[in-house]
Amino acid sequence: MNTTAVDITQRNSNEDPPIVLARAAYEHPYIVRLCHWINTIALFVMAGSGLQIFRAFPSFRAKIPQKDLLHWPQQFAIGGWLGGGLQWHMTFLWIYIGTGLLYLAYQVFSGNYRQVLFTRRDLPGVWPMVKHYFFFAAKPPLRESYNALQKLAYTAAIMLAILSVATGFAVWKPIQFSWLAWMMGGFHYARIWHFAVMWAMLLFVFGHLVMVILHGWSNFVSMLTGWKKDPEY
Amino acid sequence: MDKKKFRQNSRRELLKLTPLLALGAFVIPGLQEKLLKRGLHFSDWMEARLFRPYHLAATFDDSEVTPLNKFPLNTYDVDDPGVIFENWSLTVTGAVQNPGDYTLAQIQTLPRVRQNTRHVCVEGWDVIGRFGGARLSDFLRLIGADPTARFITVNCADDYYESLDMATAMHPQTLLCYEMYDRPLTREHGAPLRLQMPTKIGYKQAKYLTDLKVTNVLDREGYWEDQGYSWFYGL
Repeated sequence: MNTTAVDITQRNSNEDPPIVLARAAYEHPYIVRLCHWINTIALFVMAGSGLQIFRAFPSFRAKIPQKDLLHWPQQFAIGGWLGGGLQWHMTFLWIYIGTGLLYLAYQVFSGNYRQVLFTRRDLPGVWPMVKHYFFFAAKPPLRESYNALQKLAYTAAIMLAILSVATGFAVWKPIQFSWLAWMMGGFHYARIWHFAVMWAMLLFVFGHLVMVILHGWSNFVSMLTGWKKDPEY
Repeated sequence: MDKKKFRQNSRRELLKLTPLLALGAFVIPGLQEKLLKRGLHFSDWMEARLFRPYHLAATFDDSEVTPLNKFPLNTYDVDDPGVIFENWSLTVTGAVQNPGDYTLAQIQTLPRVRQNTRHVCVEGWDVIGRFGGARLSDFLRLIGADPTARFITVNCADDYYESLDMATAMHPQTLLCYEMYDRPLTREHGAPLRLQMPTKIGYKQAKYLTDLKVTNVLDREGYWEDQGYSWFYGL
């Protein structure tokens, strides 16, 4: 989807024509920004409290004999104890789902999904971006707010978010949502998937943060005010 | 767009995000506990909506059952609260037509159900056990329980206590369990009588039952619930 940039101007007097100081594009609608930041907090709490819950039984095998997979440090967990972790997880679960539904509904009904949804037409744009990021090739010209690789990453992140809820319900409610647990290969696999999806999301967050740092202040501010100064297009 | 107008617009768009600060309430010490309690309460309420009264838990082949010696024991203080079986009875009170003491023999006159179902612990592990007993719904009919009452509460010989919703109590797989692996319950597994509900998490499967009450009011929820765990916790 094309976002049109506007000129930011200054008029020194009524006779002089306005001087163009910079260009700016309104890239992120309000609901998208709001959901982005609520979700940032919710995701942080869900991962932290999820790891607290994992600490109670850090294994994917039998209870007897118990073989722990890893000892996750308490300092990197939220809730302090299993009951506390569950309180955070069960509270923010609804904030996380609510935000996700609001975001998806907004994207679909406003048509703004075209900004972020990776489609077949974006396919040819992926390799040039990979070459740019990883092999120092020149940056392909950008005609819209997100490049092909960005769209791919964001679309994948949305899919992971949906999967995190689906796998979570399969672990939490394997009877009421027996069809979900079945799709994941049973209750045990659902628990493994839920864990794996969390790590995949954290990997996305890491990559996302690296990119945010690399792309500087104006890009970061755009997720706060919606406006990106001096866009490439 | 004029520079001034652009600045104004940017500031307004930024200020529109201030509702986010409300989430900061979760880090205010006095408020945090209350909010999380509310959150868990809301989650429990949603859980009750998600519960399907006639949807059955999966049952398993005998070959899939976890051997009894690999069935973990979780007791909150003692493995054996020293119940004297000869003197034991289940004391029934509350909104029932036939209150009083019920012996194990009386409970065993009800149709016996044997089922291989999954037992899931809140910690994350699970086992498949073979459980036998009377349907709680049959027992509730025997004692003439008020079907419109909201809760069932139980007390245990080891001071453990639990409560559950009527919908789960009436579920066809909810048992007053007196058998595991086709043998009478052993002491450490809750002899002579325990709850066995495949649609509930492990800590709700109270052992060594001594009292059962049908009620509309919960003075207390359960041993773990009153320490901050979920009350409904259905699977």
